Amino acid sequence: MTSIAISKPVHPRARDQLRFITCGSVDDGKSTLIGRLLHDSKMIYQDQLAAVKRDSIRHGSADIDFALLVDGLEAEREQGITIDVAYRFFTTSRRSFMVADTPGHEQYTRNMATGASNAQLAIILIDARKGALVQTRRHSFICSLLGIRHVVLAVNKIDLVAYSKVAFDRSVASYLAFAAGLGFSSIVPIPISARHGDNVVDRSAHTKWYNGPCLIEHLESVDIQSDTASQAFRFPVQWVNRPDPDFRGYAGSVASGRISAGDDVVVAASGRTTRIKRIVTQDGDLVHAEAGDAVTITLEDQIDIGRGDLLSRPTERPSVADQFAAYLIWMDSDPLAPGRNYILRIGSQTVAGSVTAIRYRIDVNTCEHLAAETLSLNEIAFCNVAIALPAAFDPYDVNRKTGSFIVIDRFTNRTVGAGMIAFPLRRATNVSWRAPSVGRSERAALKHQRPCVVWFTGLSGAGKSTIANLVDQKLLAMSRHAMLLDGDDLRNGLNADLGFSKAERVENIRRAGQVAKLMLDSGLIVICSFISPYRSERDMVRSLIGKDEFVEVFVDTPIEECARRDPKGLYSKAKAGEIKNFTGIDASYEAPIRPEIHLRTTEQTPEQAAEVVIAAVMARTLLCDERR
Amino acid sequence: MREVAAEFKRPVMLYSIGKDSSVLLHIAIKAFYPAKLPFPLLHVDTNWKFREMISFRDATAKRLGVELIVHVNEEGIARGINPIDSGSALHTQVMKTDALKQALELYGFDAALGGARRDEEKSRAKERILSFRSAGHVWDPRNQRPELWSLFNTRIRTGESMRVFAMSNWTELDVWEYIMLEKIPVVPLYFAKQRPTVRRNGATIMVDDRRLPLNCDETPQMRMIRFRTLGCYPLSGAIESDATTIEDVVAEMQTASVSERQGRLIDTDEAASMEKKKREGYF
Repeated sequence: MTSIAISKPVHPRARDQLRFITCGSVDDGKSTLIGRLLHDSKMIYQDQLAAVKRDSIRHGSADIDFALLVDGLEAEREQGITIDVAYRFFTTSRRSFMVADTPGHEQYTRNMATGASNAQLAIILIDARKGALVQTRRHSFICSLLGIRHVVLAVNKIDLVAYSKVAFDRSVASYLAFAAGLGFSSIVPIPISARHGDNVVDRSAHTKWYNGPCLIEHLESVDIQSDTASQAFRFPVQWVNRPDPDFRGYAGSVASGRISAGDDVVVAASGRTTRIKRIVTQDGDLVHAEAGDAVTITLEDQIDIGRGDLLSRPTERPSVADQFAAYLIWMDSDPLAPGRNYILRIGSQTVAGSVTAIRYRIDVNTCEHLAAETLSLNEIAFCNVAIALPAAFDPYDVNRKTGSFIVIDRFTNRTVGAGMIAFPLRRATNVSWRAPSVGRSERAALKHQRPCVVWFTGLSGAGKSTIANLVDQKLLAMSRHAMLLDGDDLRNGLNADLGFSKAERVENIRRAGQVAKLMLDSGLIVICSFISPYRSERDMVRSLIGKDEFVEVFVDTPIEECARRDPKGLYSKAKAGEIKNFTGIDASYEAPIRPEIHLRTTEQTPEQAAEVVIAAVMARTLLCDERR
Repeated sequence: MREVAAEFKRPVMLYSIGKDSSVLLHIAIKAFYPAKLPFPLLHVDTNWKFREMISFRDATAKRLGVELIVHVNEEGIARGINPIDSGSALHTQVMKTDALKQALELYGFDAALGGARRDEEKSRAKERILSFRSAGHVWDPRNQRPELWSLFNTRIRTGESMRVFAMSNWTELDVWEYIMLEKIPVVPLYFAKQRPTVRRNGATIMVDDRRLPLNCDETPQMRMIRFRTLGCYPLSGAIESDATTIEDVVAEMQTASVSERQGRLIDTDEAASMEKKKREGYF
């Protein structure tokens, strides 16, 4: 594993480990089943069992409630819902098991995906009385999407339908009809009662009509050899080990395949080839290393390799691209904004990126493809993704380790999405940058000024346009070449196709930023006046323009004052509900944290405010003049 | 572990001297070989640890040539906090939880690696491998970052920190089997020996020094005991055992019928006590 977590030791009498998840709807009995598995495989100690007996009585049940063994957090005990992923361990004489107990509650799909991402098998529980439900289908789809190929269909509470074969067959048929298209290589239906233990560890006397294995038998014997060692060799460099000038090693864990000292390798991103010199461990050098081994590799040639680089064999290279198509699961309460700049982690590579297009959203209940402009929590889509620098990867269905990525929000630092790469997009290679023969500085020199972008942000009615206009006039009077870009004006022309949803606001600012950059490159002082409510978009423009040329001006006016001024009559319309997504009323405004200029219009006249801005712009220009 | 060294500005490894810490340290040394450990060890001492633990700690740091920071909550000492008069809850809060926060802030550590395992306790089962703590070291179990595959989100702001549980997926038996396999030195208290003990509230407590007040009807008795977990000696219950070698311990583990935390008096104070402690910043 290329990870923080340390893989288990390999014992001399190595048992293999099966990682599985349990999923199903609320009250299908997942926690009870896991409690039962732990109890019947003798993994519950006396003191833990005594505690559960006490708790069972406190929670009002007469029998031992096995779910109480695994429902860890107080809050969920009270609600009776598992709200997060819990990991459990048990061992039989044939295998050891790691169980992810994943939630059935509809809004916690993201946790399910989390549990499924590291699992080889899924136990999908359905209630024999109810058959497959909407959530059952959703969970099966997610399991399939995350690459799980083996399913156990546990038809639970078989005792409550009098151990009826008819009810079992009906449940199985309803499930198979749905699961046929999901690409599972095995689906094994088993009638069980988690509460009473039927067909869990021992075959039940109540289901004589059932000839298949009991649950534990199947889990012990199912063939899950994904055989990562026989796949193409992949080694993500985690850390450069350089204790002294004579030693330079690359530390990491082999993600897949195997390699030997003396083998040729290539650094994916740079295409440089070299040969493995040594495979170093504290217990002595190794001849081979294979999937799962944590090693330090040294190479024959001194080539530039850093954290995030991926080593492979020259004959089996991964894709290297700056655009790819991927399935994306959205995991945050703030929806995805296409075009917004996020941070992506692909293996040990960290890179800025954005979703450039949502090809379609997938209805997880019907597998239908739907049009979408944005993605909300728990929604799944097939998207085009662009990243700032080319990265090395494989398709997810070929390699789960090198084909997966997570999406991180720049500001909240939350993990907002998880993706599975489908294939690289090569379009980018056909549109390359034209190296300009005449640059920004030459054009600016002609105008005897230092160009910059002065970006006014603030609520509607804060006074942005008024102050920006004054600044424009004053610069003209001073024979400076400036250009004013106003949000309203752009929305009448270039951005006439955009509305006011979050996704459209992001696109509005992206286009404005690009236009401002073209004007900046032509040597102008560009005055921009946009509400630009989101910090991440303003920062996107800042990084596009370059922080030395970007002057953020926060026109700070309390919303009450803006609403009182209401120069365009918009606040009264918004309050009457005639305008939707109005900033400050039903859409948020994220104030700048450290703007270059902070104007408080309740304390300054527009004239004074404009002078403050002019002084700042001229200070930059003068500085530039002196240097010349 | 290398991920932590690569992604954080000032990581630290929490070293509790116990078996999990011994394994974690052993693996860290291997992970960075031939380089030295790129982070120091931190031991939060309460002044009530077994004497053998302290001598083992100092010997280990010397043997491996690693930087060891020992932090004691002096304020707690000044207030006279101790496990006997203050009760286990207050003692743990002040001398362990508060002391850990103090140490992390004092040295500006932004990531703390520890050896906690998911099989130890119910609320631990839901813990992430990378566990985010807000600026006040608070753990919010409802607002954890999802962890998919082995891709970790290591981004934090100034003042925030991460607890890193690299051994989350190990079990107690895995730990002992690994200690046996790799011949890792551990504190001798894990092995059975005749030791002076008294019985209290159903637990067997070792009389490690004179600070343990004895009731008038108590006289320490020699018993053949060992420990499954180690902490402050007045709070650590021993088990009667004849397991004097690692092999014996592993064999005993395979037939054990009570959990390792049973001997820990800090867990039995109240229901869900571990979860409460964790929300307040306990490791």
